[in-house]
Amino acid sequence: MDVTFQFDWAAAFSSIPHLLPGIPWTLLISFGGLAIGFVIGIIFGLMRIGPVSWLRLPASVYIEVFRGTPILVQVLFIFYGLPQILGGPINALTAGIAAIAVNSGAYISEVVRGGVQSIERGQREASLSLGLSRVQAFRYVIWPQAFRRMIPPLGNQAIISIKDTSLFSVIGVGELVRQGQIYIATTFTAMEVYLMVALLYLAITWTLSLLLSQLERRGLVGQ
Amino acid sequence: MNSEQSPGGNEPIVNMEKVNKHFGSLHVLKDIDLEVNPGEVVVIIGASGSGKSTLIRCINGLEEFQDGHIVVDGNELLPHGKSGKALQKIRTEVGMVFQQFNLFPHLSVLDNVILAPMKVRGWSREDAVEIAERLLERVGIADQAAKSPTQLSGGQQQRVALARALAMEPRLMLFDEPTSALDPEMIGEVLDAMRELAREGMTMIIVSHEMGFAREVADRVIYVHKGEIAEEAPPETIFDAPADERTRSFLSRVLQH
Repeated sequence: MDVTFQFDWAAAFSSIPHLLPGIPWTLLISFGGLAIGFVIGIIFGLMRIGPVSWLRLPASVYIEVFRGTPILVQVLFIFYGLPQILGGPINALTAGIAAIAVNSGAYISEVVRGGVQSIERGQREASLSLGLSRVQAFRYVIWPQAFRRMIPPLGNQAIISIKDTSLFSVIGVGELVRQGQIYIATTFTAMEVYLMVALLYLAITWTLSLLLSQLERRGLVGQ
Repeated sequence: MNSEQSPGGNEPIVNMEKVNKHFGSLHVLKDIDLEVNPGEVVVIIGASGSGKSTLIRCINGLEEFQDGHIVVDGNELLPHGKSGKALQKIRTEVGMVFQQFNLFPHLSVLDNVILAPMKVRGWSREDAVEIAERLLERVGIADQAAKSPTQLSGGQQQRVALARALAMEPRLMLFDEPTSALDPEMIGEVLDAMRELAREGMTMIIVSHEMGFAREVADRVIYVHKGEIAEEAPPETIFDAPADERTRSFLSRVLQH
């Protein structure tokens, strides 16, 4: 044990320019995956509570499978497993985005379901009593209210997914952790570099949290 | 059943025959026969859980029933919610005011009122706004049109709900305990708006606990007991000389205080 360890601030700061190229990759995978995950979440979340009974089971199976298995296994399956079926390689960026998409999609399905189910029954009844069709009642009355309530849990999911992208260093995507690993391989300053990596994640997630609390303060969120 | 009728004709606007509804093993409505004529004001009274709300909710299909039939303004509702287009048609002709107001909190007061006329009737925004402003004026809320419903008092919210229903120009209005969720000092303003509507000749079916109001505006009072119509009569008869023992017992309990 080297008891004379000294934290090297110079090494920490000088690593930052080497880490910054990871940020666009981290953001691209996170938000690319989350955008697709949001679409998946709306589709499967609504299938699960919609009027068509035979669509509920596949939606439930999807949600249980992708919520119930680790995202690391999911990305390994996509990156190493799927090419065996497809007959050609999948690039690491695509695999990363796909993994965030299917994984966050499962959680967002539940956010969508919860948001829609949280709207009081009277809202739907009032809409129908005015002659609106079920689709119109959903589109003009239920969904706009549900969406506002969904924003806080969606923000939560975005923060989780941003952090999950760190796992994709294992498939070689040049995201933040991967950039850190590459740099450490030549400098051996693991403590300093990983602290900077952690702070950069914090900068991203904290910015997002601040944006969300701004929205809440302006009354655009929740009810 | 589907005969053409002219507004104000002799055909009843609501005709329920032998309507039965079950919630599992609970028999909620038992052989309900009810006719309501155009221009009539019918008040339904009864203990909570007697089925009176369920009864009026069957008329616009918010509740399904298992047998019997219901014809509303020439459109027939079928048992088990299999009414299809007729249901849609009925709902555009029948307005409803709910106990909990059920205003849309994400829309302004004005947008609450114009939503259905625009989306269901296909009116232009200008036409819908013109009518909405007139209706809000009439219920005394004109100066609150741009506000969120959540900023209004309960009594104001219920008057907006009334204006919202009237904007569809309904032939029949259903009221499901419209004053039960209101603070006592706000009940009067809602009843006043309803009184005025009755004076103008609107056909109304009202579930209410306001016995004084029932006596004053009702053409006919219906007492519902455990899912059955126990007695129906003009208000003087029901309140002063009820024929049925169950009506007497109910009224003695509610009129004591």
